[in-house]
Amino acid sequence: MDERLVQRMVEWEREVVEQFLKKFPERKREFLTEEGVVVRRLYTPTDLESRGWDYVGSLGFPGSYPFTRGIYPTMYRGRPWTIRQYAGYGSAEDTNQRFKYLLSVGQTGLSMAFDLPTQLGLDPDNKLAWYEVGKVGVSMPSLLEMDIVFREIPMDRISTSMTINATAIEVLSMYVLVAESRGVPRSVLDGTIQNDILKEYIARKNYIYPPEPSMRYSTDAIIFCAKEMPRWNSISISGYHFEEAGATPAMEVAFTLADAVEYVRWVVERGKISVDVFAPRLSFFFASRTNLFEQVAKFRAARRMWAKIMRDRFNAKDLRSMMLRFHTQTAGVMLTAQQPEVNIIRTTIQALAAILGGTQSLHVNSYDEALSLPSEEAVKLSIRVQQVLLYESGVVDTVDPLGGSYYVEWLTDEVEERAWRIIDHIDRLGGMLRAIELGYPQSEIARAAYEYQVRVDRGEIPIIGVNMFAEPEVPKVKVLKVDPEVRRRVVDRLGKLRSDRDLLKVLNALDGVRKAAENLEVNIFPYVLEAIRCKATLGEVSNVLREVWGEWRAPETV
Amino acid sequence: MSTYVTEVRQLSGRRFRVLIAKLGLDGHDRGAKVIARALRDAGFEVVYLGVHQTPDDVVRAAVEEDVSVIGISILSGSHLELVQDVVKLLRERGLNIPVVVGGIIPPEDADVLRGLGVYEVCGPGTLLRDVVEIFKRAVTV
Repeated sequence: MDERLVQRMVEWEREVVEQFLKKFPERKREFLTEEGVVVRRLYTPTDLESRGWDYVGSLGFPGSYPFTRGIYPTMYRGRPWTIRQYAGYGSAEDTNQRFKYLLSVGQTGLSMAFDLPTQLGLDPDNKLAWYEVGKVGVSMPSLLEMDIVFREIPMDRISTSMTINATAIEVLSMYVLVAESRGVPRSVLDGTIQNDILKEYIARKNYIYPPEPSMRYSTDAIIFCAKEMPRWNSISISGYHFEEAGATPAMEVAFTLADAVEYVRWVVERGKISVDVFAPRLSFFFASRTNLFEQVAKFRAARRMWAKIMRDRFNAKDLRSMMLRFHTQTAGVMLTAQQPEVNIIRTTIQALAAILGGTQSLHVNSYDEALSLPSEEAVKLSIRVQQVLLYESGVVDTVDPLGGSYYVEWLTDEVEERAWRIIDHIDRLGGMLRAIELGYPQSEIARAAYEYQVRVDRGEIPIIGVNMFAEPEVPKVKVLKVDPEVRRRVVDRLGKLRSDRDLLKVLNALDGVRKAAENLEVNIFPYVLEAIRCKATLGEVSNVLREVWGEWRAPETV
Repeated sequence: MSTYVTEVRQLSGRRFRVLIAKLGLDGHDRGAKVIARALRDAGFEVVYLGVHQTPDDVVRAAVEEDVSVIGISILSGSHLELVQDVVKLLRERGLNIPVVVGGIIPPEDADVLRGLGVYEVCGPGTLLRDVVEIFKRAVTV
């Protein structure tokens, strides 16, 4: 402990601060982060020393264990993050057009949104799907649609991320088959499937089957990719949806990493493969909120924790297994419908937090998204925000520019400590699958969401345009609407597919899927791939799996 | 919010029962759950149906549970079609239960919903006390 510093600090508080406060009191008795951490007036090396912080142990160097400062030695000096806006709506033609537009204004990777029927294994002619076809993403009942989405898009050169979970294998099969029909082998395909079913039970709610068979499904996809698609991220373990549902930053980190631990366990056990065979292709997905420093601390803490988990818990030897590579999306829940232009300022700060936190890929929400799907102009602005940060701001010129900030380092340690406490609790419950069955993460998130909203109501959490500086009218923004003709178009094409195919081959392939689903010893992926190749639809494959595995109805509590 | 508890009870001498449901395939249930808790804290008895409810599920539950208000949350953009079905089913059964809709609802769609007979639409940013107030008014309809 630097005695001189401690002494000077005591003097400063007594002689300078106290005098100053008499004239100019602080605005609040207590300053809190969103986590509820009490923020001190000033941080000095003493705060770090008292936590046992040391440069080499806590930070090390970028590209080296524990990766606190970033996963690459040169970070954005060498390799900018991928500008990747989540997009997709209506029919395959609409989505193809939006993808080409995004690429034309400077997007560097694709991220594909699927409609709810596709995510829930329902074909667009299913009555339950009726109103939802093409609404929150593109309708994808068969490989014909995938072929149209990627017309004139170079599948060998662009990376594609797909937000697909309960039907991830069906959809990835379509992507692989379309690429292969164009002469692009699966071994060179670059992209990601979300394939994170655990977070569906906790927060996102797009599950089909009960947790156990769903974990087998997800695990089979990871194992298949490890063997046949070396450049494909076989899972994107997601904290974003926890944050959107109400989780605090420490909860977001802890629940995500606890999910990751569960997946690693399953793959090692089921695949009988060593962690270093598949862990380098595990990827992550987090939210970025406006509370800048706490978000940066969150990303840095998550990176350090994952490195420790992989090295110490799973005995990984390959450094790439210990690297937390992640995509970030700015927090949708922080967008306001009131004074929507203000959202551009919010998302800029959120994007900055993600970059200062070392993200590999970024989606910036559009300012009109509290009202509807984003318009072309709004999405272009989101891309421009990223380009200004990358090319004009200079924040990318050095690695981890906030590293060494007394406050940020202290807060990184604080978020990490809180997240470990939650992970320890989940370990005691018997792991994440068990914790989910007990409703633990669900109830923690619901509690946090309610407490947050009560504080917004009380004005303790200020939201410009909502509980502060509000204006009487919600402005009428021109919103994007999905063409109601979309369903007819997609259903027509589905009818054509069904009449054009060799039904006997389809039925045989679906029978193969059924037998594979019944037999725990085999990987289900190749069987689904074969069925999709024979032009089975997404809904047909899902129905077979439903018959074998059953459907999940979660107990609902408030 | 304890004043609401007293006021609501005084209105009729009983605890009002309301239904909160997620209509359609959309899984975003943060809003629905937060509203359910707020209404419970305000003295309502809340029947929470959860995600993936069809219009038929909602109307059936509303009858079985004998609720005074139906609260529906939708963020998937299918609000016009789905809510229209709920309203139609209620009419067919001769029921006059007020329907409150929340979610990502563009302002012009909010007008359309009101035109269909929806009691009130709560868009993003609506404060809890305002939502409670709307339900309180709705039970006296």
